[in-house]
Amino acid sequence: MNDELKYLAGRAAQGRVSRRAFMGRAAALGISAGMAGNMLASAVSAQGAVKGGTLRIGSVGGESTNSLDPALAASQVPYHNLHQFGETLVEVKADGSIGYRLAESVESTPDAKTWMFKMRSGVEFHNGKTVTAEDAMRTMERHSNDDAQSGALGIMRGIESMKVDGDVFSVTLSTPNADLPYLLADYHLQIQPDGGFDDPGAGIGAGAYMLEANEPGARHLWKKNPNYWDDSRGHVDEVEILVINDATARMAALQSGQVHIVNRVDPKVAQLLGRSPGVQVVNVGGPGHYVFIMHCDTEPFANNDLRMALKLAINRQEMVDKILNGYGTVGNDFPINAAYPLFDETIPQREYDPAAAAEYYKKSGHDGSPIVLRVADGAFPGAVEAAQLYQQSAAAAGIPLEIKREPNDGYWSDVWNVQPFCASYWGGRPVQDQMYSTAYLSTADWNDTRFNDPHFDELLLSARAELDLGKRKGIYSEMAHIMRDEGGLICPMFNDYVDGLSDKIQGWEKDGTGELMGGRASQVCWLA
Amino acid sequence: MHPIVKLLSQRIALGLLLILATSALIFAGTQILPGDVAQSILGQSATPEALANLREELGLNEPALTRYFDWLLGALHGDLGTALTNGKDIASSMTGRLGNTLFLAFWAAIIAVPLALVLGLVAARYAGRWPDKLISGVTLATISLPEFVVGYIVMYIFAVNYRLFPSTSVIYDSMTLWEKLNAIALPVIVLVLVVLAHMMRMTRAAILNVMQSPYVETAELKGLRPATIISRHAFPNAIAPVVNVVMLNLAYLVVGVVVVEVVFVYPGIGQYLVDHVSKRDVPVVQACGLVFAAVYIGLNILADVISILTNPRLRHPK
Repeated sequence: MNDELKYLAGRAAQGRVSRRAFMGRAAALGISAGMAGNMLASAVSAQGAVKGGTLRIGSVGGESTNSLDPALAASQVPYHNLHQFGETLVEVKADGSIGYRLAESVESTPDAKTWMFKMRSGVEFHNGKTVTAEDAMRTMERHSNDDAQSGALGIMRGIESMKVDGDVFSVTLSTPNADLPYLLADYHLQIQPDGGFDDPGAGIGAGAYMLEANEPGARHLWKKNPNYWDDSRGHVDEVEILVINDATARMAALQSGQVHIVNRVDPKVAQLLGRSPGVQVVNVGGPGHYVFIMHCDTEPFANNDLRMALKLAINRQEMVDKILNGYGTVGNDFPINAAYPLFDETIPQREYDPAAAAEYYKKSGHDGSPIVLRVADGAFPGAVEAAQLYQQSAAAAGIPLEIKREPNDGYWSDVWNVQPFCASYWGGRPVQDQMYSTAYLSTADWNDTRFNDPHFDELLLSARAELDLGKRKGIYSEMAHIMRDEGGLICPMFNDYVDGLSDKIQGWEKDGTGELMGGRASQVCWLA
Repeated sequence: MHPIVKLLSQRIALGLLLILATSALIFAGTQILPGDVAQSILGQSATPEALANLREELGLNEPALTRYFDWLLGALHGDLGTALTNGKDIASSMTGRLGNTLFLAFWAAIIAVPLALVLGLVAARYAGRWPDKLISGVTLATISLPEFVVGYIVMYIFAVNYRLFPSTSVIYDSMTLWEKLNAIALPVIVLVLVVLAHMMRMTRAAILNVMQSPYVETAELKGLRPATIISRHAFPNAIAPVVNVVMLNLAYLVVGVVVVEVVFVYPGIGQYLVDHVSKRDVPVVQACGLVFAAVYIGLNILADVISILTNPRLRHPK
C-alpha cells in the first residue's frame, strides 16, 4: 500500500487532516472510496479507542410490555438490552469461531457428549457477587424450566445433566453435539447471579454496562460498569437505547444527529440515507433468509417434479435486486449460506430456467389448476411484491400461481406451518446443525416444509457427533444437496443486516452474527 | 335550591352514571374478544394443566358478573390489577404514562386554545376578506393532512434540516422542565396544527352568528369599534358553542394522540394501550379504556358546566 496514503490515514485518524481531505487525496491516488474508508477506519482503530461519551442507539422492536428477563427476549430492543448488561459463557465471533467470555476455556470428551467450561476468575456481577460456575449452572437450569418460558428452551432440551466441580461447569448431553459451545452462545443465556431465580428481570449481569434507567417501550439507559473485566470493550460512559419503531422517525433521528446508530434500515431508502451528510449505511451478509415453503407431504407438493418446477421458476437475482435493492445475496434452496461455518462454496447455484421448469411441470402431471401461494405483508418485508414477481416468472414457464393475500393478524398461527404453500422468513442460527434441527429434522416442531427423509435425519445426527471438521463439512454438503434437490424449501434470497451509522462512530467492524455487529456495537465501538 | 345548582348537580350525576355504563361496556367488550385470555398468555405450547392453573389464578372460572363487580370495586379503590404481560402494577405504570400524555396535552392546549380563539376572532372581524381566507385556508390545510404526515414534514424541517429541536421526544424524570419542553417541541407543533382548525372555525362561526343579532346592530349604531363589539358583546354570547368544541379537542389531545406518540417516540398512554392490545393484556386495556372514558366524560361535563355558568338566562332566572 502507498506509504503516502498510510501516513495520511494516520494523520486523519489523529484529526490533523480532515476526513474529506484524506478521501480526496485517496481518490487522487486512484483508491476507491470504499477502500479508502476501510483504511481510515483501520488507522483509527490503531490509534486506540477513545473513552467516554454517551452512545445512542435508535432501535425498532420495543414495546412497553418488554421485560429485562433474558429468557423472554424475542424482539430487537430486548436483544440489545441483553448485550449491554449481560455476558454469556462464550460468544460467536465475526469470523464464526468461538470467543471466550465468562468461560476462559472449553473442553469436551472425545465423544462430544460432555463439555467442560472453565470459568474466568475474578469477574463480578453488577451487584458485587463473584461469578461462579454455580451461577452458570443455575442459569441453564432456569432456562430449562418450562415456567421460565425461555426462548432457549429448545437448546436446553438436549441436556441430560449438569454439574459443578470447583470452577468448572460441565454439561452432559443425551446425544453428542459438537456444536454445544455455539448453542450456549445464544443471547438468551446471559449468566445471572443465582441463575436469575430471585429476580429474573433485574437487569443484573456481568456485562460492560449497568442499568441506570429502564422505561420499556421508550428508553433504556446503561452506565459503564467500573469493574468490567475486559478492558478491550465498553469504551463509552453511557449507552442509551431509544425505542423508535417508526422507520421514518428512526432514519430522521440518525440524520438529525439524535442517535448514532440505527438498526433495520429499509433497503428502499438505504441509498438515499447513505447520501445524506454525516451518515453511513453499513450492510453485512447474515444467515437470515426469506422463503417460500411447500409441504412435502401435501398434494400437489408431494410430487418432487412439481417442487423442482417451482424452484426453477423463481428468478432469484431479480428478487435480490428489486425486493432487497441489492442488500442481500441469492439463495440456493437450502437454508445455509457463507455466513455459516463449514459452508460448502462448491454447491452449484440454481438459476432461473423457465424451459427446464416447464419440462418438470409437464413431467409432474399437474392438472394445470392454479397453485395457491399464501402471503401477507408481515411474512417478510416486501413479501407481497416478491410473490407477484414470482407469479410473473412462473407464468413465463407456464406455471399458473394464484396469490392469496392473508391478513398479518394471525398469519403465524393460521397460515404459516398450516397451509401447504406460503411465504415466510428465518432469522438464521449460528450453526448449520441448529438451523437444520430447528426446521428440517423430520421430528422438529417447526418442520414447516413437512420434510421427512430418514437418510437426511441420520446424516444430521451423525454430523453432531463428528468432531473432525473436514468430515462434518462433507456431511453438511451432502445434506445441502438433498435439501436443495428434494426439499420443500424455495429460498430466493438471504437478506443482509442493514444498519445506519453516524460518522461519530469509530471501530465498527463487519460482523454478520446479527444486527449492530451481533449486538456488540456498543461494546466495541467508541465515539470520535 | 338555586336552579343553577340543580342543573349542575344533575349534569354531574348524569356524567357519573355514564362512566358507570361505560365501565360495563368496556368489561363486556373485553369479554367477547376472541380467544381465551389464559390461552393467549401461554401461547401455543400451553399444556391443559397450565391453562387450568392460570384460569384459576386469574379468576376466570368465576361468573362474569362477579368479576365485573370485583374489578369495579378495585378500580374505585385505585386498584386496577396487574398487567398480565410483565406482572407490573397497572395503576403505577399507567400514572407515569398518563402524566406524560397530560403534560403534552397541556402544552399543546396552552398554545392551541388561545391561538385558535384569537385567529377565530380575527377571521370573524375580517370575514370574507383576505385575513379570513388566509387563516381558514392554512388551518384547513393542516387539519386535512394526516397527523403522521404533518409529523414527518415538521420533523424534516425542524429536526433534520435546521436541527432546532430533537426528532424524538423521549422524556424522563431527571430532565429539567426546559429540557422537557425542548424535547416535546415538535409533537406540540403537530398537535397544535391538528386541533387548531376545528376550534378556530367554530369560534368564527359562533361569532358571525351572534353578529347577526339585533343587539350587535344596536352596538354598531352606538358607534362602537368592530373590535370592541366583538370582544364586549359578541364573544361572551358565543362562549357556549366554543367551549364545547374546545373541550372536545382537549379530550382528543389526551385520548387520540397515539399516532403522534409513535412518530415522535413519546412515552404516552396511547402507545402503552396499543402495545397491550396487541398482547391481549386485558386488564391493562380495561384500565386504559376506563381512564379514557373518564377523561372524555369529565371534560364534557366541564364544558356543560361552563356553558351553563356563562348563560345569563340560567344565571339570572326570572
